[in-house]
Amino acid sequence: MSEFLVRTENIAKEFSGVRVLDDINIKIKKGEIFGIIGENGAGKSTFIKILNGIYNQTEGEVYFEDDNVKMSVQKAKKMGINTIPQEFNLINDLNVYENIYLGQEYQKNRLLLDKNKMRKKTVEFLKELNTEIDPNEKISNLSVAQKQMVEIAKAVAYNSKLLIMDEPTTVLTPFEVKTLFELMKNLVKKGITIIYISHNLKEVNEICDRIMILRDGKFVCIENAADINEEEMANRMVGRELNQMFPPKVQESKENILEVNNLNVEGVLDNISFNLKKGEVLGFSGLVGAGRTELAETIIGIREMSSGEIKVNGEKKLINSPTKAVKNNIAYLPEDRQGVGILTNFNITSNITLISLEKYTKFLINHKKTKEQSRYYIDQFNIQTPSLDTELQYLSGGNQQKVSLAKSLDTEPKIFIFDEPTRGIDVNAKMEIFNFIHELVQSGISCIFISSELEEIIGMCNRVVVMRSGKITGILEGEHINEEEIMYHATGVKRGVI
Amino acid sequence: MNDKIKRNNKSIINILKNIDFEKYGPLLALLILFIISSFASPYFLKMRNLTNILRQVSYTGIIALGMTFVIISAGIDLSVGSMTALVGGIVVLTLNYFGGGYFAIFIAIIVGMFFGIIFGAFNGLIITKWNVAPFIVTLGTMSIFRSLTLYISGASEFRSTSSLFPQLGMGYILGLPIPVWILLGLTVLYSVILNHTKYGRYVCAVGSNEKVAKYSAIKVKMIRFFTYVIVGFNVAITSVLLSSRLNSISSSGAGTGYELDAIAAVIIGGTAMSGGSGSVVGTLIGAIILGIVNNMLNMLGVSPYLQGTVKGLVIIGAVLIQRKKD
Repeated sequence: MSEFLVRTENIAKEFSGVRVLDDINIKIKKGEIFGIIGENGAGKSTFIKILNGIYNQTEGEVYFEDDNVKMSVQKAKKMGINTIPQEFNLINDLNVYENIYLGQEYQKNRLLLDKNKMRKKTVEFLKELNTEIDPNEKISNLSVAQKQMVEIAKAVAYNSKLLIMDEPTTVLTPFEVKTLFELMKNLVKKGITIIYISHNLKEVNEICDRIMILRDGKFVCIENAADINEEEMANRMVGRELNQMFPPKVQESKENILEVNNLNVEGVLDNISFNLKKGEVLGFSGLVGAGRTELAETIIGIREMSSGEIKVNGEKKLINSPTKAVKNNIAYLPEDRQGVGILTNFNITSNITLISLEKYTKFLINHKKTKEQSRYYIDQFNIQTPSLDTELQYLSGGNQQKVSLAKSLDTEPKIFIFDEPTRGIDVNAKMEIFNFIHELVQSGISCIFISSELEEIIGMCNRVVVMRSGKITGILEGEHINEEEIMYHATGVKRGVI
Repeated sequence: MNDKIKRNNKSIINILKNIDFEKYGPLLALLILFIISSFASPYFLKMRNLTNILRQVSYTGIIALGMTFVIISAGIDLSVGSMTALVGGIVVLTLNYFGGGYFAIFIAIIVGMFFGIIFGAFNGLIITKWNVAPFIVTLGTMSIFRSLTLYISGASEFRSTSSLFPQLGMGYILGLPIPVWILLGLTVLYSVILNHTKYGRYVCAVGSNEKVAKYSAIKVKMIRFFTYVIVGFNVAITSVLLSSRLNSISSSGAGTGYELDAIAAVIIGGTAMSGGSGSVVGTLIGAIILGIVNNMLNMLGVSPYLQGTVKGLVIIGAVLIQRKKD
């Protein structure tokens, strides 16, 4: 028995002739936390999908515990390779314990389900995670962070040898991240090996033993985490020196473009009032579940408000459907990209022109015009794609996000609401999005910027609205926009405690 | 010399490998079936036989064109068979009431279309307004429409007294039966609607992901509602053609099994039951494939009781072939 759990030899993967992963030779030690970083499209996801059997490699060999294996999803699971995916794999209509034991249910008398045992075990797993979730709760009633904890509990329940975590912290609050890291350290002590993928370089550096860097599908280097700092990591990922992260802030005008007065949504939002000035970036900060997405959804007419008013350019408007929002030049970039943002089986052009199709239609759609427009966005946003006809499911997360952005932008909005626009995308794409927002406000468009990343909020926003359980707890300006003030308002009286 | 043949073989295999089976699978299947059939029976290629096949598939084919929209929007309509009988009955009654002349035929067609649209709208309204699963709603109306047909006719036939009416269903234009022209015309029309209009694009979007469609300012309910109206409209066309061909409508027999044939044509034509994308031309091809299979089984003297088995195998096989790889 060697000290290595996984070995790969000359792994390569091609999709319809395009090499997305090339010649990867690595050895992962038993009981280590092995980080993988790289930009979108660097091949991180492809690599782990070869390890967990979703893809078959075009070339090369995979060794697991010294056995040469031709991986498949079933085999991987049997051997103890489990993945906590970026997009969750839970069945919304089943409850927590049913999801955790899906496919490996306990039975009594070889016939009936042993629900009590499964419930009891589930409680134990969740306790280990320091989470209090009712095992009988339906998945659809859980918050994103809670769903993630269930995913992790599910992986633990499968007696994992290798646990692959793809961007596990993007949806977690700082407190939950700390819990997760504690848990990971415990898992490693039990002999579990972890592959950890994240765009948050600080976290990768903190938790991982060794870090592999990929760029454009090629291996760059493996370093001990102790020997490399964040800046160096970022530079090697991109292959050049990174400049200033955030563009300069633009001075907003005095005029209000959007006013929200005493807005209430039964059980979700409580007496929300704020205003957005022309050419401003207005940040919305708060913990997961503070009601920021719900507020955005109310403004664009997805949710019904029980009372309150919305004024656009000083005029009272009734926005009770997304169609009305578009008419009032309000655009929304949703947080849940694949759930509500883009159609994965539609091609790039059809996605980009989905909301704005009216523009391109007399009686029939002018396909030439729609293609021209999407070609413009592909250049503008540097979208990496084989062709205009590529379905979005074949694009990387960052490129999907850019298409989603183009789709909202094509409606020619005056007010643009960004909801976690950088979730799950890499440093370079993040900077592109920040610069894009900067260009928008320069051209007089006003932006609402919802983000859980304090650094982004502080770097980007003219003013910051902080929310907590459906209420606004503070609107910060100037020097008050700092981490401590935001956290103070976000957590309420009990500073730093969730 | 040998090398050349080998290389040619290789390139043929490559060409076959590169064919987009999802897109051209149905067409390929039709071609293969056509070639096999022309060898299997000397009568197959006779003009009369070919036009007959087309005429036979036109009734369910026209319904299947509408069904394509419903299935792309991730819905289903099981009521089309019963609706065909009920609308057909209404057409015949109207025709008889107005005396069976040209004017009566005109009125009967208008009334038939009206009721087809109303019945489709009824399905659509319950499905979208009260959010009931399309399967349930149309299962219900399937029973309702058939029962009303039986009640109105006293469980017998609606018999037309017009001597002019059959001209429509029996007539030929340029060597092709009128129903076939209508089938082809509607295929072109609906293909344009699906691929080149906002409505078609929105139907695909709704079927692909309703939430994304909603967030994209698409009136999801309206879009889905109209897919059922389209089916109702097409059912009415079929009802008129069918009652005119037979100059009568059997309350118990007319339209039975049409829902299955229509759904089968859509599936064989490459539209996925899960919705999101599909092809109107594919549906036409699917309907013709079913027609040729029936025709061949008849000509080869296969027991009519076994024809259902073959049809079933064709449906399952079509889906297996078109399934996405990796």
